[in-house]
Amino acid sequence: MRCVSERIRLIGWSIAAVVLAALSVPWFLWGTDTVAVGLPVWVWWHVGWLCLTAVVLRVFTRTAWGLGVEGVGGDG
Amino acid sequence: MAEVGLQVGIILGYVAVALAIGVVAYRLTERSAEDYYLASRTLGTVVLLFTTFATLLSAFTFFAGPNISYGAGPEWILVMGLMDGVIFAILWYVLGYKQWLVGKANGYVTLGEMLGDRFGSVGLRVLVAAISIFWLFPYVMLQQQGAGTAIEALTGGVVPYWAGAGGITLFMIAYVALSGMRGVAWTDTLQGAFMLVMVWVAFVWVASAAGGVGSATATLGDVEGNFLALGGGLYTPQYVLSTAVSIAFGITMFPQVNQRFFVAESKAVIKRTLPLWPVLVLLLFVPAFMLGAWAKGLGIQAGPQENVLPLLLAEYTPAWFAALVVAGAMAAMMSSSDSMLLSGSSYFTRDLYRPLVEEATEQREAFLGRVGVAVFATLSFVASLFQPATLLEIGDTAFGGFAQLALPVGVALYWPKTTRWGMYAGVGGSQLFYLASVFLAVVPRSYLGGWSSSVVGMVAGLVVTVGVSLVTSASAEEDASVCATGAD
Repeated sequence: MRCVSERIRLIGWSIAAVVLAALSVPWFLWGTDTVAVGLPVWVWWHVGWLCLTAVVLRVFTRTAWGLGVEGVGGDG
Repeated sequence: MAEVGLQVGIILGYVAVALAIGVVAYRLTERSAEDYYLASRTLGTVVLLFTTFATLLSAFTFFAGPNISYGAGPEWILVMGLMDGVIFAILWYVLGYKQWLVGKANGYVTLGEMLGDRFGSVGLRVLVAAISIFWLFPYVMLQQQGAGTAIEALTGGVVPYWAGAGGITLFMIAYVALSGMRGVAWTDTLQGAFMLVMVWVAFVWVASAAGGVGSATATLGDVEGNFLALGGGLYTPQYVLSTAVSIAFGITMFPQVNQRFFVAESKAVIKRTLPLWPVLVLLLFVPAFMLGAWAKGLGIQAGPQENVLPLLLAEYTPAWFAALVVAGAMAAMMSSSDSMLLSGSSYFTRDLYRPLVEEATEQREAFLGRVGVAVFATLSFVASLFQPATLLEIGDTAFGGFAQLALPVGVALYWPKTTRWGMYAGVGGSQLFYLASVFLAVVPRSYLGGWSSSVVGMVAGLVVTVGVSLVTSASAEEDASVCATGAD
């Protein structure tokens, strides 16, 4: 059972990693030149997204550290 | 003239502080190779974070990065954030933490040593070290070139290029040879903090002189190509992704960064560092690249060979401040180069000299390491006098070259069925393909509507490593248990 839930957690965190990387560039704002509070909005999106990334990484280190790395590879 | 004296004084004062730190570190250094190269694996959170960070930055933050933003718009903020803030942070865990576990369990100092041991192959170890030194050398040269150019520009030619680059080289040899990893890491911490402060003061200063952040940014709308709009010109989605992916993976295999995967004091240190990556990247690169873009909007005229940031500062801030920022850029170059020299030297002594020439004692190896630093730095300095290509081109090529190593290494770390022949084919094949794309006109540098040959080579390397491993069997000397890391 433990193995199954490990696998689900690993898949979940992998998806989270891909989403964090994929949306750090606001593709949906391509071509937009709106400015808010002194900087283009796409810069603000990026700033916010990287702050979110930091929070997610922090949660990861607290709750899932070692997942997929410890006890893997080699014979294991 | 008084101004030049002040500027040179600031740089010399800065160098003196760094050297003093080196001396203190030297007094704490044991005379063993592991201590010299890895500070006996004892770096704490702040020092590890800053030494890796300062090592990554190099002259790009102050010179090449703002230059690109000046020429094409500030979208490099996104490339950098995706690359160093997100992908590298993930790789810091996936490759870095794994390598730390494996390295700690088996006492490895270099990547080549780890792979050589895992696959029971001196040949693979030598190949990985040789590839690494091949790409590292031009990159060190690039740093010296940057330092020489910056000092020459700052002093209006009073200190010629060769003297600036040569002086920096001598200084680096002195303190790297003296203090090893501990001194390098400590000076990196000082340099990283100094750069962060400088870039923010510059940002605030230029913004207020230009009538506020809003007015400075508003000028970008009138620039040809509209710098406010996301994308356009140089920036296509393929460019953004190719560049970020290739450089992020490349960074992990740069010897000076890869070696930092081995130096953390404890698991807690690596853990605490992880969430800080995106934050530091934002703090440094948003202001640095906005400054470069503003320079365009504010009408600064920079020639193709000139760095735009010093010109912008000369226009909007006093001379002493511009000198401080150039000192900060100097700090960036030195903190990259010193680490590169140290790791280049360790690859040379441990992976080439020891297996091929003589099995040296720990003490003799630490001595050889210091000689290696001096030889490496001198050769790259001589090369920098001839200045073969532009800063970015060389840098870009080196990152791509290192990126080719990342996926085969990742496969070796995680997949027990990887074989020696799989590694030879994956590492060798991707390097040959990438080199051909860089140097031969018949092999294109761009594929399928804008994907770089570096990314194509990475994927090919992965496929070849796995494919060849599947059809070959492991020989008796291979030991997959080397990369097994038990849960604890």
